Amino acid sequence: MSCAIEFQHVSKKFKKGEKFDSLRDFVPNLLKSLTQSGHQAPLKSHEFWAVKNVNFRIEQGEVVGVMGPNGAGKSTILKLLSGIMSPTTGKIHINGRLSALIEVTAGFHPELTGRENVYLNGTILGMRRREIDFKFDKIVAFSEVGEFIDTPVKHYSSGMYSRLGFSVAAHMDPEILIVDEVLSVGDVAFQSKCAQKMRELLKGGATILLVSHQISLIQSLCKRVLLLDHGQLIKDGATDEVMPFYQNITFKKNEEDFKNKLKADQARVDINKDLLIDITNVSFQGYDLTLPEEFKSGQPLGIHISYKAKREIVDPIVIIDILRSDGVLCCSLNSKESAMALGNISGEGSLKLIFKSLDLVAGIYLVKISFWDREMIHAYVVHNNSLLRIAADENHRMNNGVFFPHAAWTIEEAAEDYTLIGKTYK
Amino acid sequence: MGASNGKLKIGHDTMIQALKELIKYRDLLYMLTLRDIRIRYKQAVMGFAWAIFMPIVAVGAGILVKQAMSVVSGQPQDPHGIMSIAVKVLPWTFFISSIRFAVLSLVGNSVLITKIYFPRAILPLASTAACFFDLMISMVILTIVMIVMKLGLSIHILWAPVLILFLVLFTTGLGLLLSCANLFFRDVKYVVEVILMFGIFFTPVFYDANLFGRFKTFMLLNPMGSILEALNHTIVYKQAPDPFWLSYAGLWAMVMFVIGLSVFHNKEQLFAENI
Repeated sequence: MSCAIEFQHVSKKFKKGEKFDSLRDFVPNLLKSLTQSGHQAPLKSHEFWAVKNVNFRIEQGEVVGVMGPNGAGKSTILKLLSGIMSPTTGKIHINGRLSALIEVTAGFHPELTGRENVYLNGTILGMRRREIDFKFDKIVAFSEVGEFIDTPVKHYSSGMYSRLGFSVAAHMDPEILIVDEVLSVGDVAFQSKCAQKMRELLKGGATILLVSHQISLIQSLCKRVLLLDHGQLIKDGATDEVMPFYQNITFKKNEEDFKNKLKADQARVDINKDLLIDITNVSFQGYDLTLPEEFKSGQPLGIHISYKAKREIVDPIVIIDILRSDGVLCCSLNSKESAMALGNISGEGSLKLIFKSLDLVAGIYLVKISFWDREMIHAYVVHNNSLLRIAADENHRMNNGVFFPHAAWTIEEAAEDYTLIGKTYK
Repeated sequence: MGASNGKLKIGHDTMIQALKELIKYRDLLYMLTLRDIRIRYKQAVMGFAWAIFMPIVAVGAGILVKQAMSVVSGQPQDPHGIMSIAVKVLPWTFFISSIRFAVLSLVGNSVLITKIYFPRAILPLASTAACFFDLMISMVILTIVMIVMKLGLSIHILWAPVLILFLVLFTTGLGLLLSCANLFFRDVKYVVEVILMFGIFFTPVFYDANLFGRFKTFMLLNPMGSILEALNHTIVYKQAPDPFWLSYAGLWAMVMFVIGLSVFHNKEQLFAENI
């Protein structure tokens, strides 16, 4: 196998903020800097690295997924790859005919007919006219545009428009294909056709680079994943190995967003501060004390609650609810049901709840703690700004469903197979 | 979406490679030119009349100016005078519409520039080529008119294709340079528009450079002026062009073309992030 794509210490710098993009600004500034003889250099616009020292090598015939949260540098890498931009430092080697399914309809002109646009878009993508002549019927058949091929594309539905664009790009027969979230074009039948086309290309020995946020798509197609964050390649390895890192990055991002939202809400609620009891602190304690913010599924978890009562409260009840980030109530624990009598409380104190094993799947959870009166008619205080993030690890890759039970698979003896079925249906 | 066969090393490369890349994408140049022509003729009800609309208006204006001059000087207008206006107006309209379209060609196709790889020089080249197509149509019509008017030809008309080549090279080079400038400084198009609008007064289009007597040289220093005057001499007055001004115009055309292409090629890599 030979190398198809190689990135050697590739970095790309971008400028933030305003820049001179008119003579009206540029000429006076030029004159000023000349007359003031460098007295005070104009403030340099802020620069930042969109891609920083990225190294990787992709062999021919590999299918590699590129993942990362928004702003990780995925698009910049694709643009560097396709030659739209050149790197600030470093070298890129590409070996083979490269085609990118990024904006498949970018070359379309609405006034021209489908036929004219097939030729126009095809040549923009780098095909020869003769090549398009040869493939024209296949392109039209694949796009399912049919008899509308001689109608100006401005009259096309958006589906027809993008199908025709995809169809042209898919018939380039590239050796290296870059796919950026375009498989969502068209209906289910067309999508399966696209997947079929990709498999065909794969069989022909093509190298594919797939950029997507869809974990299941990456898992089903790619054996290797490049994980980017803040312009750096933070993980490069087998899909199963990299996926938990990706999930944890997105969870962390979600947690931050969530926290900010909660803070904003808190500010609004704070008006009514005259509470009888106040929850002063909530903290979580995980299994691994060296990692105070890492909680994993299937491991013990402790919740500490510190409170301060302004006067004596008779026999309160504490409820702890754990909600998933989309609002699903995952569990609700009640101090009354567990037959723990708090008795009358006053002044400062603290409580602790221990889960022997917290069997929730990886994700972000909201822990809501409330103190109620004995009859559970009104709440003294509701504390709902504690977030619990359960990290994904190598063993618990999928975060489908709500809980992650400890279950074990075994293969039964062959002889017992039929009796088992027999029993069930009796 | 760069299609590239064999090893592609992204970075600074020479102008020869730039030309090779352009040749590789010649089908794209053809398709984009065809697109510009088709759109222009599809949208306009007048169809192909569009190609001669502006030249006719300009020739009309030129005749009016000539008429005014002949009234002032008391000399009658001759058919040669009218003919030389037509011969000079057509290349001039080609020049200004090429520059006008080329200046906007990059910024107007920003989606293509930020999303797909291809040699960007194709865009201004295609818009110039579409204008050249218009020039050819109006030239054919002019030839028919000349034959009908029985103005006659001479062997010196063979210089015309050479002069047209100079015109095209000069226009293309300037178009490349200005399209690139307009991408980095968005107000270049206003400056260009003003210069194009009043350029006709500084260039011997409606009048002959000879009118200025010994200041004629200043009119011919303008490369457009020397090209137009030479065309007028060879076609209408059936004379050989002045060798000095011919080589002067040729030098301008070459230099402008090379400068335009190399500046464009050097800055090409920065287009996507600055557009």
